[in-house]
Amino acid sequence: MADNSNSLNRRKFLREGLWGACLGGLGTAAGLTAARNNRDNTVWQIDPNICIQCGNCATYCVLELSAVKCVQAYALCGYCDLCTGYLVPEPTALDTSAENALCPTGAIQRTFVEDPYYEYTIDEALCNGCGKCVKGCLAFGNGSLFLQVRHDRCKNCNECAIAAACPSGAFKRVPADQPYLLKGVERKQ
Amino acid sequence: MTRWARITAFMIVLLIPSLDALGELRFPPPEFESGYQFPQTTSPPALPAIHEYIDAAVLLAALLLATYLILKRRSRRAIFALMLFALLYFGFWRDGCICPIGAIQNVTLTIFDSSYAIPLTAGIFFVLPLVFTLFVGRTFCGAVCPLGAIQDAVLIHPVVVPRWLESGLRLMAYTYLGAAVLFAAIGNAFLICRYDPFVGFFRLSGNWNVLIIGASLLLIGLFIGRPYCRFLCPYGVLLRQMSRLSKWRVTITPNECIKCRLCEGACPFGAIREPTGDWPQGEYKIAKRRLALFLLLLPVLVAAGGWGGYTLKERLARVHPRVRTAERVYLEETGRVEGTTNASDAFRATGRTTEELYQEATAIRDRFAIGGTLLGGFLGLVVAGKLVALSVRRRRSEYEADRASCFACGRCYQYCPKERERWKKNKGVVAGR
Repeated sequence: MADNSNSLNRRKFLREGLWGACLGGLGTAAGLTAARNNRDNTVWQIDPNICIQCGNCATYCVLELSAVKCVQAYALCGYCDLCTGYLVPEPTALDTSAENALCPTGAIQRTFVEDPYYEYTIDEALCNGCGKCVKGCLAFGNGSLFLQVRHDRCKNCNECAIAAACPSGAFKRVPADQPYLLKGVERKQ
Repeated sequence: MTRWARITAFMIVLLIPSLDALGELRFPPPEFESGYQFPQTTSPPALPAIHEYIDAAVLLAALLLATYLILKRRSRRAIFALMLFALLYFGFWRDGCICPIGAIQNVTLTIFDSSYAIPLTAGIFFVLPLVFTLFVGRTFCGAVCPLGAIQDAVLIHPVVVPRWLESGLRLMAYTYLGAAVLFAAIGNAFLICRYDPFVGFFRLSGNWNVLIIGASLLLIGLFIGRPYCRFLCPYGVLLRQMSRLSKWRVTITPNECIKCRLCEGACPFGAIREPTGDWPQGEYKIAKRRLALFLLLLPVLVAAGGWGGYTLKERLARVHPRVRTAERVYLEETGRVEGTTNASDAFRATGRTTEELYQEATAIRDRFAIGGTLLGGFLGLVVAGKLVALSVRRRRSEYEADRASCFACGRCYQYCPKERERWKKNKGVVAGR
């Protein structure tokens, strides 16, 4: 009988010990989290200098319409009449006709400013982040167009589906209080 | 005519190497005479952090309420209502992200990558349900987890899964946990998020393959209760172990078991264990020998698993994008394949040498050799542990919910005649009789 109660105690001791160890482990995890969190939370962003405009941003986002949009750095733009980000190669005319537009969704607006300059603005409600215009602008223009994750749309998934499919590794986690990697900002300052 | 002259002029400009004052721009930004102002590039901010703290607070409140409803109030209807709330809030409203299941990977990455800053919510979501389970059992699974809720809500005709099949299939969850930890630590991939079967339903959009997996799981879930929770959920593996040690837990009867057997078929998840007597006379000796054999087999299984995992290192390493790029670049450089891929183009655009890339890939593969061995060893240990557990007989004097497998859904309460008695008495008290 005494032996029996002893073994019960041993089992109880083991159980209590394991319980304490588990709680300790969870405490360590909590402490680690608190210690590492002195920096800000992170969000996903594209480094425009690494991006190769493969087109994955348009198709891999979990949203129906990708949260990645083309962004115009106006300070870098040449305001060209023959904009290689706006027009297809060898256009029939330099105008806003659909046959000459490079953008598949018609998301770039071309407005006359003064001779011979035109302003190009992105309509984000239409842009699907395919990066065709970015490629065109980089090839022959100033590279003022580039892709960015827009945080008013991004769900900030724990693992970004586009980041997982990005062939160049341009997607990275950036601090949430500086959520953009904009081109042409350092130039103005 | 002037337009064509302008085009030609631009064509010429295109051909001239850029020699402008800025040095880098092919076309210097114009000096406008019409007083045109450069528009600002907008940068809409991310959701403020307060939303995440609200999520954490809701999680804590839901866990407290779930614990009260499951252990004190013992009302399936109230538990179901809370479960639906959790499905709507954590699922459809917050898009199922972040969840404790995925948070395993954030915690893993924090341990292995010192440059990674874990979001505070991810840490809270990982720790809180585990702590609660350590005290009161899996109340998180029963009423708070949105993935559990969506499956629980579609269960209409539960079919019994044999115990042996259940244990066997559960090995998938252990494998999933091991693989998720391995790839989060060194593989640069969050598997649990990538193959989360229900997040697509919460967002009403997503990868088609994963949506099909999710739909199949829900279809299976019509007849087999909570298939993801029982056979796949990696967080469930952790919760099981914590729940074994819990201080308090679900009891089928509110006071005493009269062994009426009414609850026997109540659990759709096969978590109710019947009372057992001692070993039958003849079997005891055989069982003892079997236990000794399995204990001896334990190190063998661990070693075999480890070796198996080691041999998989090259295949495992291929999950890492760097390794895939390195293999592709190697094939291209040695002329074994024609053409380039986006990844190899992107690598060449960085201007780094192929030797650097190969070295990096080799280092990653070495890490996978260690990681694969550990993963295999872990799985060997799980199998051996299950065999040992099967050959140990637990003594039970009444009907009990299995500590590890019980999801704390509260379905079994109403089957207990003692529980009905208690309800009647409580009603009387409320009515002021």
